[in-house]
Order: sequence, then C-alpha cells, then structure tokens
Amino acid sequence: MSASTQVNAGEARLIPLLSEIEVAAIEHECAHLPNRESAVIDALRIVQGQRGWVSDESVRGIAQLLGISTEAVDAIATFYSLIHRRPVGRNIVKYCDSVSCYVMGYEAVRDALIKQLGIAPGQTTADNRYTLLPTVCVGACDHAPALIINQDLIFNATPTDVAEVLARYE
Amino acid sequence: MSDLALTKPLTARIVECGGHVDLDAYERAGGYTALRKAVTTMDALSVQTLVKDAGLRGRGGAGFVAGLKWSFVAIGAKRLPGHTYLVCNADEMEPGTFKDRYLMENDPHLLIEGAAIASFAIEADIAYIFLRGDYYQAGDSLDEAVAAAYAKGYLGKNIFGTGFNLELRVHRSAGRYICGEETALLNALEGKRAQPRTKPPFPPVSGAWGRPSVVNNCETLCNVPAILRNGIDWYKALGKATDAGTKLYGISGRVNKPGLWELPIGTTMRELLEVHAGGMQPGRKFKALMPGGASTSFFVESELDTPMDFAGVAAAKRRMGTGTMVVIDDTVCPIGLLRNLEHFFAQESCGFCTPCRDGLPWVEQLLADIDEGRGTPEVMKLLESNANFIGVPGNTFCLHATGAIEPLFSAFAQFKDDFEEHIRLGHCPYQKRPQHKHAEATGR
Repeated sequence: MSASTQVNAGEARLIPLLSEIEVAAIEHECAHLPNRESAVIDALRIVQGQRGWVSDESVRGIAQLLGISTEAVDAIATFYSLIHRRPVGRNIVKYCDSVSCYVMGYEAVRDALIKQLGIAPGQTTADNRYTLLPTVCVGACDHAPALIINQDLIFNATPTDVAEVLARYE
Repeated sequence: MSDLALTKPLTARIVECGGHVDLDAYERAGGYTALRKAVTTMDALSVQTLVKDAGLRGRGGAGFVAGLKWSFVAIGAKRLPGHTYLVCNADEMEPGTFKDRYLMENDPHLLIEGAAIASFAIEADIAYIFLRGDYYQAGDSLDEAVAAAYAKGYLGKNIFGTGFNLELRVHRSAGRYICGEETALLNALEGKRAQPRTKPPFPPVSGAWGRPSVVNNCETLCNVPAILRNGIDWYKALGKATDAGTKLYGISGRVNKPGLWELPIGTTMRELLEVHAGGMQPGRKFKALMPGGASTSFFVESELDTPMDFAGVAAAKRRMGTGTMVVIDDTVCPIGLLRNLEHFFAQESCGFCTPCRDGLPWVEQLLADIDEGRGTPEVMKLLESNANFIGVPGNTFCLHATGAIEPLFSAFAQFKDDFEEHIRLGHCPYQKRPQHKHAEATGR
C-alpha cells in the first residue's frame, strides 16, 4: 500500500459517519426516550430521510452515537421493511400485492411496471430514477389495485396507465 | 352536536366537513368537550367504568372489552411511581383493512381526544400513536393536529387546569405486520425487533419499557369521546344485534361500490354487500367473503345473514376481525387466493419460532404445487398435517401462524372441491383469473 492511500484511509476515519443534522435529529429523539438505544429505529429513519438509504457506515455511526453494537443496529435495520440497506433510486415505486389487490388483478399492474421499467422487483433502473418493490396492504382496498410512489397513494391502477403515472416522477 | 353525530359518531364530522376536519371544525362539533367532562368532573375509575359498561369492544379485531383492559392498570393509591403509557395501535396492515387510515387522515382530533380520555382513565402521562410507516398523509394530519391540540392546552401540562398532564407523540413504524401484536408493537416502540413477548406479564402490568401500558386500536379510541358525551344507553342502542356502538365496515373486491361505511354494529353481511356495496359487478357471482382481513375465515352465500358483530360472528364459530370485508367472486381461484394469503403470512413471520418461520413458507410452497398442477393426494396430506400443527395455538410462540392458518382451515371445509379438482386435473380450472407467479424478490 502506498503512503498516499494510507493517508487517505486515515483521513477517511476522521470523517464523521453521521452529519451534524442527523446527529442533532437523533439526539432530539433520545431526549424524550428512557434510554438511548430506544432511538435506533428513529435514527435509521432519520439517516434514510437524509440519504435515501442506510449504508454500513451509517449503521456504524448510529451504533457509536447510541452506544450499542453495530450488529445490534443492523439486526433492527434488516428486520423492518421500510429501512433500505441498499441504495435506491430517486423514486420508490411500490405495488400492493395483498389480498384485495390480488382479487382486483394487481399482477397485471405489476407486470406492466416490470415491462415499463425494464427491471425486476427489488431492482433500480440504470438511470437511478426508479426502484421497484412489492408492499403489503396499503389500506386502499376499496381502490385496488393500489400503488405507493414515494409518499403518494395511487388508486385504481391499471396496466395501461402505469406509464403515465411513472412519468410524473422525475 | 348534529343529529348525524348521534347515529354516526365516528364519521359525522367528516361527512359534514366534506373531508378533513380541522381543530376549529372539531371544536364547533363539540370536540374536546368529552375530554373536558372527563378531566374536570370525573375520576379515572368512573371513566373506566363508564366505557366498560357501555360495552365498547376492541375494534382492532380481538373484541376485548376496552374498559376492562383499562381496569388492569394500577391506578389511584396503587399507581406505581413513574410513567404509565397509553399506546394507540395505528399500525393498520391487516390485508383488506382500510378503516383507521380514513379516521386519521380525516378526523385526527377524534383520535387525539379519545387517546387523551383513555390516558386519563389509566392515569397515563405519556401517550403514543404507533403509526403505520406507509401512512404518510395520516402522519401529516396527526402531526398538525397534535401541534394544534398542544397549542390549545388539550395536551401538555395542567390540562383544563386540573393538574392532568399528558405528552402525546406520534411514532412512525419502520414496517412489519407483526407490530400489530401488542407486545411486538411495544418492542418496536422500544427500538427493538418486533418479536412478541412472553405473556404474562400482560402490558397493563409490564408494557413499554417495563411500565404499565395499555394498547388500544385507533378505531376503539375514536369511539370513546362520544360515549363520554352521550352515555351508556345511547351507545348500547346504536348496535343492531348483540354488541354496542357503530362500526366502520368496508368492502373491497368485485362489487359495484367498494367503500367504507359507519353503520350500527351487527349489520348483516348481506345488507353490507347488497345495499351498501351495491351487490356484485355485472357478470360476477359471489363466491365467498372474508369478514375482517387475511386472518379470518370464509363465509359463503348461505351464511350472509350473519350479523357483523363480535358476538354474531363468534356464534358462527369464526372471528369478525377488523370488519373490513374482502369479497371473492367466482373468477377468483381459492387456491391462488390462499397462496397469496400464505405468501403474506410467511413473509411477515417475525422468524422467532421455528414452526412459524419454516412452516408458513412450506405451506405456501405446497399451495403453489397444487395451484400449478403438481398437487397429489400426498401433497394435500402434507398441507393438512402442516396446518394441523402450526394452526393450533400453543405450538407457536404467538398467534401469527394461528391467524395465518385460519383461512386455510376454513378453505379445507368450504373449498374442498377446488382442492380436489386441481389435483385431479393437474392444472388450475379457473380460466379468467389473473396470472399468479411469485417471480419477485420477497425481500426476506
């Protein structure tokens, strides 16, 4: 290993794993909880809110800040479906695959999404614009099939209108 | 208060406002007078007794008497020093269920007032609304309403000058169905994996952070303010059959008017289906319905006169669940539907105990075999033996697997012919049903 890479590696260790904004927000949560480790889910959500996903570095940063092990943080991060441990695209497109949407034919909508985006569920488009994921029931069963794109609930999705719906999200 | 509020205490304001009810509109409709009445004229025990005697049963699905649950918390001279928690389970995720989202998005102060009264009744000083992480609009609506309620002194210190203090926070879940189990929910609230806890101790004795805690469903708490205002006799008279009050019923599936309606609890399945949902879509025939989510049994045509209350559905030896019904038409293959249900339950198992973690994916696979034409009498036997093991309470740590197998047991009896025909033909006999292939990554 050359001297310069060693210096770079040393500098990297000095870069904080969490931003000031993230630390402040996590400390704000800690302040009204009985113990610091109880803030781990909030911390994961805060980091994801800033970066879109939770990297290994962020997991380490949260562990250090809350005074618990990296493994303990990752055990939580990997348990919950709304925490992304891999990078995601700018827009997260989720189709509901639960029973009411099944009865109303979600599978045709899913297939249209797969075709339109050219990716399988769990993947992100090459331009980083969309990530496609399944989701459990989103509580819009009277308007099935339903989608959630980012924070928007999309009602009565059909295979023919997915292209138009997707286009709204840059 | 309007006449409508006397027959539809949960939704009258939403109807009258044509949607979202802000604090002004809520107050004009008599909002927070029930909280004022409780904290200025009653004590905790009398609020508990009133709600218990009114017969309010938990609307999350289990139907436990709310006031009775509250009575397990030590109050008065017996109250333990330190925090007591009231936790609202607003983690709505039972497939087919869409009632709590409607309440929180449109009338958030109703939930806040209900939670505050319940907190007063158990002498809680901290209340949490444990919100489904995907319910973004409900979260915004609650955040705004909580801030407004603090500003008006309905939350915070010295409420109505009585010395009653209540801090209320909205916790957004990071998403798992098992959080609906109340002890798993408490673990999630504490920042842990949402695995259920050993019971006893039950939450009213040792709940959040080991403190006395009561977990109530969102719709349950929304029932409380009107009970305080209008009394026991009024509430009991609202019910049509055995149970008291109104219920938010919903119907999804191939009906003419899928939707959500507040109606007297005990309204029959037939009335819900034929009158409120407008019957089946042209060209579709009714095959069966699930009364309240993915973990409830099927009802067929001849059973539609069952009253939709806890007592009525229990008399038919099944559970009402959440009361939001999924209607299944004659083009839907029951085996494919069960496969969809068991895929959900297998994915959402917390993984703590082996029969549930390994058994549910096995059940899903066996259903896939039958669905895709690989079924044999041996496959059927294996499916039954799996169901008979993991579907029995006590063989798994919590009731997740029991709930998962409930519709399967029901299907063994009600859709026996469908199982047999798939196995005999070696393919699915339903032509029109959508393709069902689990090609996607499940994220497990």
